[in-house]
Amino acid sequence: MATTSKPVDVVIVGFGWTGAIMAIELAQAGLSVLALERGEDATTVPNWAYPKVVDEISQSARNGLLQNLSKTTVTIRHHKNDRALPYRQIGSFKPGTGVGGAGIHWSGVHSRVMPQELRLRSHVTERYGARFIPEGMTLQDWGVTYEELEPHFDRFEQVCGTSGKAANIQGRKLDGGNPFEAPRSHEFPLPPLTDPPTSVLFAKATRELGYHPYPLPAANASRPYTNPYGCQLGPCNFCGFCSDYGCINYSKASPQTTILPVLYRMPNFALRTQAHVLKVNTDSTGKVATGVTYIDAQGHEVEQPAALVVLAAFHLHNVRLMLSSGIGQPYDPDTGQGTVGRNFCYQLLNSVNLFFNQNVYINQFMGAGGVGQAIEDFYADNFDHGKLGFIGGGVIWGRQTGNGPVRGIPLPPGSPTWGSGWKTAVKQNFLHAGRIESQLSNMAYRGCYLDLDPTYRDAYGTPLLRMTLNWQDNDLRMSEFFGEKLSQIGNAMGAISMSGRVLKRGDNWDTRAYQSTHINGGTAMGADPKTSVLNKYLQSWDVSNLFVLGANTFAHGIGYNPTGLVGALTYWAAANIRTNYLQNPGPLVRR
Amino acid sequence: MRWPARNPWLIAGLALIVAATAVVFAVVDRVPDPEMSATLAQRKPDVARGEYLAVLGDCAFCHTRSGGQPYAGGRALATPMGVIYSSNITPDRETGIGSYTLGDFVRVMRLGVTPDGTRLYPAMPYTAYAKVSDEDLQDLFAYMQTSPAPVREASRATNILWPLSIRWPLAFWNLAFLDRSRFIADGSREAQWNRGAYLVQGLAHCGTCHTPRGLLFEEKDVSGRTALYLSGTEFDGASPINLRGNSGDGLGRWSTADIATLLQSGRNANSAVTGAMADAVRHSTQYMTDQDVAAIAVYLKSLSPAPERGRASFIASDSTIGSIMAGSERSPGGRIYLDSCAACHRLSGSGENSTFPTLAGNPSVLSSDPSSLIGVILVGARAPSTVAAPSGLAMPGFGWRYNDADIAALATFTRSSWGNSAPPVAAAQVAKIRDLLRISRPDF
Repeated sequence: MATTSKPVDVVIVGFGWTGAIMAIELAQAGLSVLALERGEDATTVPNWAYPKVVDEISQSARNGLLQNLSKTTVTIRHHKNDRALPYRQIGSFKPGTGVGGAGIHWSGVHSRVMPQELRLRSHVTERYGARFIPEGMTLQDWGVTYEELEPHFDRFEQVCGTSGKAANIQGRKLDGGNPFEAPRSHEFPLPPLTDPPTSVLFAKATRELGYHPYPLPAANASRPYTNPYGCQLGPCNFCGFCSDYGCINYSKASPQTTILPVLYRMPNFALRTQAHVLKVNTDSTGKVATGVTYIDAQGHEVEQPAALVVLAAFHLHNVRLMLSSGIGQPYDPDTGQGTVGRNFCYQLLNSVNLFFNQNVYINQFMGAGGVGQAIEDFYADNFDHGKLGFIGGGVIWGRQTGNGPVRGIPLPPGSPTWGSGWKTAVKQNFLHAGRIESQLSNMAYRGCYLDLDPTYRDAYGTPLLRMTLNWQDNDLRMSEFFGEKLSQIGNAMGAISMSGRVLKRGDNWDTRAYQSTHINGGTAMGADPKTSVLNKYLQSWDVSNLFVLGANTFAHGIGYNPTGLVGALTYWAAANIRTNYLQNPGPLVRR
Repeated sequence: MRWPARNPWLIAGLALIVAATAVVFAVVDRVPDPEMSATLAQRKPDVARGEYLAVLGDCAFCHTRSGGQPYAGGRALATPMGVIYSSNITPDRETGIGSYTLGDFVRVMRLGVTPDGTRLYPAMPYTAYAKVSDEDLQDLFAYMQTSPAPVREASRATNILWPLSIRWPLAFWNLAFLDRSRFIADGSREAQWNRGAYLVQGLAHCGTCHTPRGLLFEEKDVSGRTALYLSGTEFDGASPINLRGNSGDGLGRWSTADIATLLQSGRNANSAVTGAMADAVRHSTQYMTDQDVAAIAVYLKSLSPAPERGRASFIASDSTIGSIMAGSERSPGGRIYLDSCAACHRLSGSGENSTFPTLAGNPSVLSSDPSSLIGVILVGARAPSTVAAPSGLAMPGFGWRYNDADIAALATFTRSSWGNSAPPVAAAQVAKIRDLLRISRPDF
């Protein structure tokens, strides 16, 4: 029998980036806000205090910051005729947990979106004709425009203290940034981080090849910074422990460093940790959310009434909560009907290790998650796809993120894999090896979707989310194209040998090896309720006092890192709740 | 057994006892006059002003235990004699101060004597509050009687051992050391300076921690008459810094704006507060008006340097960073610094503006007594979260990682690098602070 907790104006499920942003924006509007987080609270000191946190075994090998898969996980299959099996060990993607969520263990690459990506179906149709879109690709527009989101991209960058260089401020072109950049209202809050050796070589080589390198925007502070909320960041020292780690010295933007110090001072905000939300409750009409039900730290079921419900958990949990709460119509791949679970997408990452002569020092022990040089000559539709015959593109970068023995030291092809020969090779190569990568978009397909697993349940008795996804021909042909570019750039950088992984036709999604945590789609936003779960304000088409945040709102997988877009969409939704919804609760878009 | 009827020594001894008892009764057995102006009764108290005065006096922090009701007391205060627990000062009539008259309140604030004649230990800074005006105490009393919620919670007994637990001798302490004079404005100074002096000497009670004390726990100066006033000391395992104009361990190189920024946000371009001063900023100074903070800064900046003998100096130098960059910094303390400190405090020891405190020329690093520096290395530090600077930036402790000799070497390195020239720190000094703070030693 569930106990009922005191009603609040807003209950927020999950307390990572999107939960923290929504919490502070709505608390500042005067609402009583309660955040429910399944994990524990944590902050820089003591949780990520130097030197204990820079422990490759506990963090990278044993996934110290990630979701405990023995409690809840997903099942995975490549095709709807396969049998799905549980994801029992962290491999291809890394869901976070706890206060701060994946905002703790992210790298800090902080991109926006290319305007054409938000209207990709229209754009491709206009430039190449509707027949260019392959059969089975459920390409669709997002219902929101870059121009609408621009102030919110700007806001999120100001909050994060993002280091970068603008190339296009309100149409005024500037040197030193990304020439493909869409107009932005302001310069980045901080100048770019200093380039480490990999990035210096990458910039020189790509410029010589006629491409357009620019400093990758990074939510790793290059200078001391105070954000608009008054929260402070300290400058990055390039220790090389970003992805998988909490930042030791307040350099990486996270909810803890950029929002929570102010939010925690507000009397109308409350946080409950170890609160695992089971479902969103609705009234008898099914059209109004009445709150949520969660299991508390003692294992008791608690009903939390709220006037407004916000799903702000990681992608997987937001989608599963929609399905297990019975909100919206589940997607059926056979009929194409239904929307919840539709347009489940991922991202393709090709990674190439470069080995240099002994006189070229890369010093891969140092770096930062977001530091690097990148090119967008082959991003989205910045290049002519007509003869190439695929849709999509990606960013190619020379980042230097820091590496150490437990995370795996890459060696040239043919090196011994154990014993003294391996040790000698490590010694010869560690200071002289770097890495370049291409991170590619992943289109939506009729056969790639999410639903509830009919067999497996989690520790709370709820069916697991089932992923049905595999690489498709369009995306693999794109990947092969990028493999050639990586090899061209690697040679131009002076690598004497290369190794790595480039996805090519015939490859299947391998869930064992890390690919990317950038899974997305499943509760897509859009202009048409027949193909989207949420309207352009991230409001449920079916339950108007329910808003859903996160990369699950994407209509397809973009080539950029998603956090910048996720943050901007959250500020966009919050602004519309504050200025429109609160004045007149109800659907912000008529169906 | 012979009756020693004519022993003159005995007679003299008995006479002395009788006389001493008479003196004790004369001094002790009365409720002293709170010395209020006769016209005060006609004045209407201002509760709102009283609320701000409570902030200036930081009453709430000491009189609220962590997790307890505001002003209900119970916070443990360490003194050289033992632990004292703050009392319940809510308006509860039985366990708080609800039955106090204004005279009772003024007496306890100025003289440390409660209505039943009990003498307070001078952990209650009545030696400073003696400076406070009648009107301010009247307003403060009006606030304390009306606004905090009454809480029925008996004040906790001290754990001070006999004979120090006997309170009446404190009357003699008061006789010897309590300066009962009100604050006297200096007519040759600006009003702003006088306001600052009034606050610092009175309600803000800065001298309680920052002025050295004598053998009997008495502050050596409570009125700013000598250069010992606020000249820094050692107190409860920390070393409250010298607030006078010395350029090494004092505020000589700080501007009034630096001081004001620190009081309002808990940090400035060079430094940050932690420990007891963080509590003072968290509960009191951040809520002071801009005018009051500026007045305090002006007053502190006017204080002449304390006697330089035995104090550290600072003359900025790049020799340390030169030897680090040349790879020739081989001292044990220097190596630890590079391993564990330089990422934030930088090779230059200059930290980062308003984020990571500078160590070069930092008064807490240079103070004659290194207790605060040792304590920060052992347990870490956390700046207060304030309205002006909400991020409670923190440094982790290293007591678990380094032994006493390592920490002494590190402290010595920071006290002698970048132009710092403070005396070295010995392992025994680290051991003392470690034991006081109950930080276990590394087990390797």
